[in-house]
Amino acid sequence: MIAGVGAAALTPYPRRGLPVSVIVSQLFTGVSIGAVLLLIALGLALTFGQMNVINMAHGEFIMAGAYTVYVLQQSISSAGASLLIALPVSFAVTGLMGVILEVLLIRRLYARPLDTLLVTWGVSLILQQAARDIFGAPNVQTSAPSFLTGSVQITDDIVIASSRLFILGLALAAVAALMIVLKTTSLGRRIRAVVQNRDLAAVSGLATGRVDRLTFFIGSGLAGIAGVALTLIGPIGPAMGTNIIVNAFLVVVVGGIGQLKGTVIVAFVLGILQSMVEYATTVSVASVIVFVAIVAFLQWRPQGLFTLRTRSLA
Amino acid sequence: MFKNRVATALVALSAVTALTACGAKTADTAGSAPAGGGAAVDTSGPTVKVGLLNSLSGTMAISEVTVRDAIQLAVEEINTAGGVLGKQLTAVSEDGASDWPTFAEKAQKLISQDKVAAVFGCWTSSSRKAVKPVFEKNKALLFYPVQYEGLEQSPYIFYTGATTNQQIVPALDYLKSTGKTSVYLVGSDYVFPRTANKIIKAYAAANGMKVLGEDYAPLGSTEFSTIVNKVKASGASAVFNTLNGDSNVAFFKEYKSAGLTAESMPVVSVSIAEEEVKSIGTQYLAGQLTAWNYYQTTEGAANERFVKAYKAKYGADKPTSDPMEAAYTSVYLWKAMAEKAGSFDIEKVKAAANAGGITYEAPEGLVTVDGATQHVFKTARIGKIGSDGLIEEVWNSGEPVKPDPYLKSYSWATGLS
Repeated sequence: MIAGVGAAALTPYPRRGLPVSVIVSQLFTGVSIGAVLLLIALGLALTFGQMNVINMAHGEFIMAGAYTVYVLQQSISSAGASLLIALPVSFAVTGLMGVILEVLLIRRLYARPLDTLLVTWGVSLILQQAARDIFGAPNVQTSAPSFLTGSVQITDDIVIASSRLFILGLALAAVAALMIVLKTTSLGRRIRAVVQNRDLAAVSGLATGRVDRLTFFIGSGLAGIAGVALTLIGPIGPAMGTNIIVNAFLVVVVGGIGQLKGTVIVAFVLGILQSMVEYATTVSVASVIVFVAIVAFLQWRPQGLFTLRTRSLA
Repeated sequence: MFKNRVATALVALSAVTALTACGAKTADTAGSAPAGGGAAVDTSGPTVKVGLLNSLSGTMAISEVTVRDAIQLAVEEINTAGGVLGKQLTAVSEDGASDWPTFAEKAQKLISQDKVAAVFGCWTSSSRKAVKPVFEKNKALLFYPVQYEGLEQSPYIFYTGATTNQQIVPALDYLKSTGKTSVYLVGSDYVFPRTANKIIKAYAAANGMKVLGEDYAPLGSTEFSTIVNKVKASGASAVFNTLNGDSNVAFFKEYKSAGLTAESMPVVSVSIAEEEVKSIGTQYLAGQLTAWNYYQTTEGAANERFVKAYKAKYGADKPTSDPMEAAYTSVYLWKAMAEKAGSFDIEKVKAAANAGGITYEAPEGLVTVDGATQHVFKTARIGKIGSDGLIEEVWNSGEPVKPDPYLKSYSWATGLS
């Protein structure tokens, strides 16, 4: 008797014209969804985009970053301090996990992308189970610091959550930092050299192995930062990585592999598209429309928004 | 080349997702129900087994682990007091992992491999719907201890949580009596919220209440900013929340961030009990309303005993909640049925219950099994969440309400089933 229940059962409710405040609020919601997408995809843009390593355990690195906040909050009672300390600590923890993964497994499989996929997927299962054994199967919550639980009143109708502003700031800072490193530092030059032509970089005397490890450290560390941000939105659980990883890959693929610029633009475009369509329809319909849009876009531009041919990296 | 690699990666990704979905399955189809009569119950030894089927992992674990704990408490108490029909009970616990096919497989395992006398568990209606055919095919007993959307009756399921006329309808009556003229419906995207909202809309249409919007988020979803914006823009006088599991955490965080409060737009929740309040955080929930049949603060000697025993076993900081109480009560109700039948035989136990007269002085008050519907009489209670994390009753129905799973006694509900 319940079979007939579906979206069709929706009662039509009066659709007033969209007030400006709603459009602004939704725009900001879209930007903040985009910021989350950007944070979870940024590390992947480096390891998958630049190094072409399909790391299925990236989502579990994000989970590890989130649990780091949880662990720190157990020992540091102040929610604000523990969150700020968690940023560098999570970066280091997940970065190191990335390096260990790179040294032990991925390095041996650089020429075999599909094997890398399977191996890292196995690693992700191991990490999920480890989280379950260490922290228990039920999801856990952290308490947000008081300066992030409130909201910023823009006008009477427009209220922006402080936690969302914080995540947006964090995402932009992470992108800026990554771009500066890639563009201006010698490490960045070495990373770009290895990405563009590994053999030539090697004969020019670059220790490509060490560059790979450093790249992987930064990419995995960024996953930790994303994990910290996610604790402000929802619960922390062993399976949170699996829900994230597909979206992260989508953003990188649509943005164009090897293109930081593409990742940034696509994250925000998808975020705004999702929030706008969701406002007009429902969550499920919005997801379908976004996926259809992605498939259509990839039919038209299989190489993604930007192509590597330009040789520009950021 | 890149095109190929990307395509391969995407195909591999979806393959991996599909594999993960199947990962938890166990191939267990051995054993089959005996022809005629109920499922075989193993009564050969000095003990008899009972099955516990709850999600101990995944998004529903936040709620279901406590239900498992309450069932175990009842089993232990019964054993200490001498067992049932001279036999000690052995609890066999299985993890449904918040995954409906897994529930069905674990149910089959409990019935055919462990030969349990009864199974206690399930929380979401999706998991109940998944195991219902298993229990019916094997003619085995399930005690389902959680409030649900009604419109269901199975000869092999006893529903010890509230049906709609013991929870949702009283909650709507309460909203109406406090002058709320419009509601916004927010729920998880599965059977219970969609059916509950269908009932709410029928009620609203007949009672001059406006439904200003209706939104569903996938189970486990943590992105609620758009839904909260829609709720806010609707200007509804109250929100009816049927979200399940820890989506509630994200929803209430977002709700508070958007500047909405229990004073400006109260939220009535039907799936948030004391345990969930604790993990969502009282700073997000204080002042909001809930609809249940039991709170830790419910008065009575039976409840004092239950709360004390539970805290002694699991820790002083552990609250008790409605589904836990209903699960705990289920075990005692089953004991009363078996003792009345003088047998563990499933058809005899059922016949004893259907003849009526099975009662138990439960923590929520006297509970009577309605033999005709296999539901129980329950007192409806509306509560307000306090800043200490406990829920204080603000209204109750005065007496146990007769279960009416198909809402046959309500004229506005005629088109629903």
